[in-house]
Order: sequence, then C-alpha cells, then structure tokens
Amino acid sequence: MLKLPIYLDNHATTPVDPRVLDAMLPYFREKFGNAASRNHPFGWAAEEAVTIAREQCAQLLNADPKEIVFTSGSTESNNLAIKGVAELYREKGKHIITAATEHKAVLDPCKHLESLGFEVTYLPVDRYARVSAEQVAAAMRPDTILVSLMFANNEVGTIHPIGEIGKICKERGVIFHTDATQACGKVPVDVQALGIDLLSLSAHKMYGPKGVGLLYVRRKNPRVRIAPIFDGGGHERGMRSGTLNVPGIVGLGKACELGRLEMQKDHDYVFGLRERMRKRLFDELDYISLNGHPEYRLAGNLNVSFAYVEGEAMMMGIKDIAVSSGSACTSASLEPSHVLRAMGVGEDAVHTSIRFGLGRFTTQEEVDFAAEHTIAAVRRLRELSPLYEMVKEGIDLATVKWSPH
Amino acid sequence: MAYSDKVIDHYNNPRNVGSFDKGSEDVGTGIVGAPECGDVMKLQIKVNDEGVITDARFKTFGCGSAIASSSLATEWVKGKTVDEALKIKNVDIVNELALPPIKIHCSVLAEDAIKAAVEDYQKKKSSSPAGSGSAS
Repeated sequence: MLKLPIYLDNHATTPVDPRVLDAMLPYFREKFGNAASRNHPFGWAAEEAVTIAREQCAQLLNADPKEIVFTSGSTESNNLAIKGVAELYREKGKHIITAATEHKAVLDPCKHLESLGFEVTYLPVDRYARVSAEQVAAAMRPDTILVSLMFANNEVGTIHPIGEIGKICKERGVIFHTDATQACGKVPVDVQALGIDLLSLSAHKMYGPKGVGLLYVRRKNPRVRIAPIFDGGGHERGMRSGTLNVPGIVGLGKACELGRLEMQKDHDYVFGLRERMRKRLFDELDYISLNGHPEYRLAGNLNVSFAYVEGEAMMMGIKDIAVSSGSACTSASLEPSHVLRAMGVGEDAVHTSIRFGLGRFTTQEEVDFAAEHTIAAVRRLRELSPLYEMVKEGIDLATVKWSPH
Repeated sequence: MAYSDKVIDHYNNPRNVGSFDKGSEDVGTGIVGAPECGDVMKLQIKVNDEGVITDARFKTFGCGSAIASSSLATEWVKGKTVDEALKIKNVDIVNELALPPIKIHCSVLAEDAIKAAVEDYQKKKSSSPAGSGSAS
C-alpha cells in the first residue's frame, strides 16, 4: 500500500538504511567506548570498529585508510579543506578557483578567505550548470593554490568533468578539492583515477546517519597538508581533534560499503524510475523544461521548470509529496536558487522549478503517484495563471511591460 | 512553513477564478507584479451604472498566499462601490488571512491589483465619448 506523504527529496537527506542502523546500534549500547582509550577492552572495541569503517570508506574512494579524516559532515569537510589549504599554502599563493554553482558550504568559506586577502575566481557555468576543464585551465594563475569544484550539483544533478579537471590540476601542481556529497555511492568516485587531492562527503546523503562525514586527504603524489580548524587532542592525525563519533563512523562505513557493493544496482533502479517519471511529465504537459544536463547527471535527479506555475504554489498543490523548489518563496532568505540563476535559465524558470530527488527506497508506485498528482496540480494552477492565459492568447510575455516590485 | 486554514481554503477553493472581456466598457482590469519576481496578479471588476462592482474575477501566478490574497480581494470588492473598493488596505488582507511577515508583499500586490483595476475602469469611463450612461 502507498504510504503518504511520499519522500522525493533525497538530495536534502536520505533515510538511514536499516542495515546501517543495525551496524550502528551496538556502538550506542554495549560497545560505547572511546576509540582513544588505549588501555581497556571498551576502547579497543571502539577503535577496531573505527578501523574497519575507515577501510570501508577508503575502499569506496579507492583511497588508503590513512587518507580518511572523519568529520561531522560535508560542511565541516569543505571548511577544513578550503581554509586548511589556504592557511598552509598562503606563502605559495593566494588564488583559489571555484564555481558559481557550488554549495554554500564551499562559497561561504571562499568568501571568508576573500575577507582575509585571498582572491577567488568564481567560474561561470554553461546552461547545464557545467564547467569545462578548459575554463579551469584558463583561470589558473601562477599563484593559484586550490581548485574546489563539486562532483555533482545538489540542485540540478549535473556532473562536472572531474577527471579532466583533476588532470589539469596535476599538470599545474594545483591542489584539487571536490565536494562529492551528492555523488558518493551514486557514481564511481576513484580519487586515483580522477586525480582528486581532497574530497568531502556526508553520510546522510548516502543512507547513513546525520552528523558524520569525512575528508579524504591525499598522502602521496602529492602529499597534501591542511591546517586544522579544531585544536585539541590531536585526533585524526592532528587534522581534526575531537572524540570520534564511533556509532556515526560505523554507520558511515557501512553506508560506504553498501554504496560500493550496490552502486550499479541502485543506479539502474533509480535511473529507471526517474526516466519513467520524466517521460510521463513531458508526455502529458506542455511548457515544461528539464534543468541540468540531460546526460551528465545524477540518476536520481529530476529538476523541472513548469512554466507559468509558481514553485511554492506547486508544492502546496502536491502536499503529499516532499520535494524542493528553486523559488524564492520557499527559501528562508527569499533568494531564488543561485544555481539556476548562474545557469541563466531565466528568472521565471527559477520561480517555477521543482526538484524531485529519487533514491534507493523510492518505489514505482510512489513515482506514478507523484507524476499523476504533479500533472493534475500543474493543470489546475495553470487555469489560475494569468501568464498561461496570455501565452494561450498568443501574447509574448517578454514584450509585456511588467511592474516589478 | 505552515499556512493558515483560510489561506489553504482559498488555495483549494479559489473564489471567482476566470476572466472578463477586457475590452468591455464596464470592465476594469488590473495586472500587477512581474514573472521574474515570482508573482503576477490579474484582477478584473465589472461595474454597473451606479458605480457598484457587481462581479469580479482573478487569475494569479504566485504562491499560495498570493492566490489567497487575490481570491479574497475579489470577494471583498463585490457589492462595493469603486470608491469603497479603494479603501481596502493590505493590512485587512494580512489580518483576515493571518499572513506571516514574509508574505505581506502578497497582500500589497492584491491591494495594488484592486487599485489598478479601478484605475483602468475609470480611465475607460472618462475617455468614453458616449459618456456611457450615467452622465450625472
């Protein structure tokens, strides 16, 4: 039976896989020890669990376990990577390259560094939210110390040419950081093959628990050094002090293991559902457009603009379906999506965008329900829309003199 | 964000949705807002010879609060004279619908739509060569 409401917001967070939860539970109960307690069995059990989790994480990324630094999640990992590199390499240079469509957890640390005298280039993106390796190469200067570009975009699912960018960074001797929060466990992420030096990920975007993540820090070719943000007990080889979140780390490790073993299966399943939904929406509705790259995109991402229907009104119309919108009305800041704006899709397309995020636990029944109700809501709201009426009368909205407020 | 019951009611059962012939002499049309701001309201009034608004219609592109504000506005203008309609203030709409601070602009837009519709009607009246009936 279909259970309401339906969760189609898997880019915001994912439910914890029951297998992940089962792996975690003993570390809340009988195995509650501190992994840094070296002299008794409670500590040993915790340390052993962390060691196994570290291996599971490293395997997903094709990294060495010694290159994994556990953190509280991607926001911390991004801050640690960007500010940590800036502090240790400031003698070498003060220039950083990123892109306009990055998550705030990358953009805001970059802005902070600008206030300290660093210079940041925010690369523009194409209409699919992609940057090219050529753009990165052209933006490089002799004093560039870091390139930080996300693996896959959280709003529109677009995947950057990470391998090509990694290659350019290697050639120029620039450190390459990628925020792979949306990509890990969904698409192959091989830090060796792709030339990644630093990588952020979060457990809760891949069916693990909230509040835990990691930063991958390359140890050779080149050895990357970062300054810590937290000073303290010298945990995580001095890069991240603080008692390890053992149950969280166990959950992250299990999530990484499942992500690695079930990646292809998950991908094919989610992709099939997404295409089923996309086809139905595009078959039955006119004036709709796909945001993001048609090909280089996460399997679970379906970001669509329904012209002439405002995003928040749309979400009210499909209240049994949990989704997100790029509309200003749905954001706390009243600012419309900076990602869609950077893509240049037009302000009206921003206000009418809806992001459906499908995942491992989405069912075909749910997708069919969501498609049906979305179509009905769009039709109903278009009957209410003066813009739709004008377009149907043959009026070109671009020629109308509006009264912006 | 939680919506008030009244906003939800207007959203689910919007009153007076539709359009009048905007070329008609007794119809005033107000279109306010802009697509790039995320809301556009069209409000129309039908006025009789006594200057009383006998009917109203709206169509709105915007969030639930914008739809509710304009739906409520059509209810309120009906039966009022154009002068009375101009006295409807956005705060009245805010209070009736229990709009939160970030949705106040929706009520402002509805007030502007009423004004624009009345203005359009009055402009038609004054430029009408026949004086259209009530020439007193």
